[in-house]
Amino acid sequence: MANKPKVATCSLAGCFGCHMSLLDIDDRILKLVELVEFDRSPINDIKRIEGRCAIGIIEGGCCTEDNVHVLEHFREHCDVLVSTGDCATMGGIPALRNTIPLRECLEEAYLKGPSVYNPSGRLPGDPEIPLMLDKVYPCHEVVKIDYHLPGCPPSADAIWETLVALLSGKPLSLPYGLIKYD
Amino acid sequence: MSAQDAAKLSFTIDGKEVKAEPGQTILQAAALAGIYIPHLCAMKGLSPWGSCRVCTVLVNGKPQAACTMPVAEGMIVENDTAELKDLRSSIVEMLFVEGNHFCMFCEKSGNCELQAMGYRLGMLQPRHDYMFPTRQVDASHPDVMLDHNRCILCARCIRASKELDGKNVFQFIHRGAHKRIGVDAAGGAGGTNLAVTDKAAEACPVGCIVKKRVGFAVPIGQRLYDTKPIGSHIEAGRAAKE
Amino acid sequence: MTDNASVSRQVCGNFGNDKGRLMDILIGVQAQAGCIAPEALDEIAKSLSMNRVEVESAATFYAFFSDKMRGRFVIRLCNDVIDQLQGADRVAAAFRAELGIEFGQTTADGLFSLAYTPCIGMSDQAPAVLINDRVVTKVSTDMVREIVQTLRTGKSLEHLKLTLGDGNNSHPLVRAMVNNNLRERGAVVFAPYTPGVALQRALSEQPVEIIKIIKASRLRGRGGAGFPTGMKWEFTRAAPGERKFVVCNADEGEPGTFKDRVILTEAPGLVFEGMTIAGYAVGASEGIVYLRGEYAYLLAYLEDVLAKRRAAGLLGRDILGKAGFKFDIRIQLGAGAYVCGEETALLSSCEGKAGNPKTRPPFPAQKGYLDMPTVINNVETHCAAARIVENGPSWFASMGTKASSGTKVFSVSGDCAQPGVYEIPFGITVQELLARVGATDTIAVQVGGASGRMIGPSEFGRQFCFDQLATGGSVMVFGKGRDPLAIAHGFMDFFVEESCGYCTPCRVGTRLLRERLGRFLEGRAEAADLDYLEKTSKVVKNASRCGLGQTAPNPILSTLQSFRSEYERCIKKNGTVFLPSFDPGKAVAVAAGIAGRASEHFGTKKGGVKA
Repeated sequence: MANKPKVATCSLAGCFGCHMSLLDIDDRILKLVELVEFDRSPINDIKRIEGRCAIGIIEGGCCTEDNVHVLEHFREHCDVLVSTGDCATMGGIPALRNTIPLRECLEEAYLKGPSVYNPSGRLPGDPEIPLMLDKVYPCHEVVKIDYHLPGCPPSADAIWETLVALLSGKPLSLPYGLIKYD
Repeated sequence: MSAQDAAKLSFTIDGKEVKAEPGQTILQAAALAGIYIPHLCAMKGLSPWGSCRVCTVLVNGKPQAACTMPVAEGMIVENDTAELKDLRSSIVEMLFVEGNHFCMFCEKSGNCELQAMGYRLGMLQPRHDYMFPTRQVDASHPDVMLDHNRCILCARCIRASKELDGKNVFQFIHRGAHKRIGVDAAGGAGGTNLAVTDKAAEACPVGCIVKKRVGFAVPIGQRLYDTKPIGSHIEAGRAAKE
Repeated sequence: MTDNASVSRQVCGNFGNDKGRLMDILIGVQAQAGCIAPEALDEIAKSLSMNRVEVESAATFYAFFSDKMRGRFVIRLCNDVIDQLQGADRVAAAFRAELGIEFGQTTADGLFSLAYTPCIGMSDQAPAVLINDRVVTKVSTDMVREIVQTLRTGKSLEHLKLTLGDGNNSHPLVRAMVNNNLRERGAVVFAPYTPGVALQRALSEQPVEIIKIIKASRLRGRGGAGFPTGMKWEFTRAAPGERKFVVCNADEGEPGTFKDRVILTEAPGLVFEGMTIAGYAVGASEGIVYLRGEYAYLLAYLEDVLAKRRAAGLLGRDILGKAGFKFDIRIQLGAGAYVCGEETALLSSCEGKAGNPKTRPPFPAQKGYLDMPTVINNVETHCAAARIVENGPSWFASMGTKASSGTKVFSVSGDCAQPGVYEIPFGITVQELLARVGATDTIAVQVGGASGRMIGPSEFGRQFCFDQLATGGSVMVFGKGRDPLAIAHGFMDFFVEESCGYCTPCRVGTRLLRERLGRFLEGRAEAADLDYLEKTSKVVKNASRCGLGQTAPNPILSTLQSFRSEYERCIKKNGTVFLPSFDPGKAVAVAAGIAGRASEHFGTKKGGVKA
């Protein structure tokens, strides 16, 4: 078992939908755990990559400095990074804020919005909360990404095909119908 | 050979001989011959425009837009080459990063020609960086919505309104990076004579001009380009019946 | 804003409510009302029986029109590359300080607006500003203070005491501070001119003979593209059409080009004579000079020259007694759009539309202005055509080189002792020209303006001519200490600003290229960026619809060729690391400000990890 390649996954600014789609490979997950060992992943709740990984699966784009930090950590510890889902590949739903300046976004959310109750009149600045970036960036604009898998989420089949190709060292070529942006 | 065939002129696309009528564009002649040249701003029934440049081909070695270039006897057209595919991909990717194309909640998804072009060209992620421009949504019309975030400035609505509807609802305003579709009223599309039955309301290749209250009648997954690539009907020799 | 509406109604009336004159109408409304407000669009549309959005399309295309009220004095500072090198930034700072506003703003008293504008054709006397249609050259910070004070108290341009320039710049109808800086007169354009001599000779021949003469001279278009003029005339003559037109392209917008300004100042008669001869040759009776809005200060003077020619029987009916030959010329002003120098965009503009280029084919010779056969030639080409008819094709062809006959009028600017206009036979080498203009320690020469090429010393032995270094006239000289990449970036700014936006590669690609080039200047470039620049430049060059887009990547392509080591030096600093597309330190700055604490990860470092 010690020689099994390791796979790490994480969700940055995403909704975990891509992880749900990964779980949607159904019984093929049994085959997957035969082939690989999971390092850091919400599936096993390991919080930080423990050893060198063959594949890193990134869900979500970079919305905060912490996202960037985690992504860079993945880049350093994974041989291959797969940007998975629309948030990772183009920013996705979180990137809807990209057309509005950050301060305006925060003021609308915490001060001016019609349903806001905020007696302090302050924007959140707790040190526990990572600083937000001016925009949400797709992962490939932050670190080098080896493979892209768009979709919201990418289908279980697309994820499966990708993992199989990567683990077997075959070239990745998704058939028409598996490349989706929706 | 019939008399009609004799009147036709002849040229080649990727080495294949194609017959055409004088006055046809390369794109039209190719479609009738069962050859698909990827395109976005060109639309059957509308005058040639030549703005998206996705249909760029080489004519006797020189780049030309197939949708505006008239056929000529003996011209040598290159269409399906690796270089042109890469050029087209780059242009399509420019359109993706220039606007705000959020396919995951767009009503046009599956029927969108830009998206379909991305699928056909195998785009997984644009090579260009996203611009995320600030653009407006015009919901002032009772039956039609304009979401400028998705506009690719193909002018199909402009031409359809003018040429098919006999109106002048749309026209480009501003220039360069600020160019956008303007409407024939100060307060938005609601003030124009645009009708939901206008051809202009149907000419949009993307989800910029969409009809209200009819969304998602066909489920995602069962739409035009969900299973078959854009251009399939032309390659199946059905262009004339379109 | 009833004012805006009534002004619009009146201006439309002045032009016979002719929608073909929409450009003039918009120029009139902007000048009289200070803006083209929404009410004006409604009113103009009504008066001309057009759709409002069509009026809006033209009104929003040109930089000189504004939907918001502008000041009584609109100060436009030229910020092209040459002006920047010669202190435009200092002048900008002085205007900002003096007026208390930023560029793009108008003072609260409604007196002043500040704007940047691309090359206004004064690179030989930079930095220069336009105040309404008045040109002020070699502007110093002291002058800025004086200008603002004078206008603030006097409230009229008449109070500006400008030293008048040489030659006809001091003509009562010009009265401009502009200097010709005409350093060398050649045998063609700037030789002594007697009105009517060339025309008389032309009218003694059959029109087809004139075309033969032009073809025999091997005259090629002086705008830069170099199309054989005789062939153009022949096509236009052969094309069927109820009306035919002769157009003179005086939309001299290519950065660093200003020779047409001097030709129009010193030899306008020769230009009009060439147009008239072209009209006779191709069977046209109407001519249009498309004069860039920046040269509006020449308008009254040029109109006067036209009037005098009409009075002398050189324009109008039965010209010089030739029964049945009629020809007249109108001047169409532009309103700030470089793309209108592209001949089909120019025609769109003449028709009163937004300056979008037209689809080619058909070419203007078949379907040009109002879809009628149209000859379009550069100012200098019209001059040369007149001289060829006057002195014969072999006289002309004996000058220059085999493939590039005649003389060329160069506009030389930048780091040299004698910037200005030089009329020299084709074939002069870069080195020879540099010596004549007093340039030393030259590291780069931009040949042909922003859309041309930047060459380094290894190419200074090459000749100016169509088959080596082609230029519409612009020669910008850059001396020691100048940064080729920064200059290229300045040119990309220009193309981004001036793209009409019709086609994808130019509209989007120019912005992408500028941004990527910027990474080299900011020290954020990686090796892959070189490849990106090269490939994306080629897409823009090959796939763009008109000459603007097809040449827009040239600043990058030519510096990649001539100054590749500059790019490589920028990459070397960063090694082979992958760098984010943005600066993470800057990206967290707003949030850090809001939270009142520094970034945990990007305090000082720029981000980026090894690939």
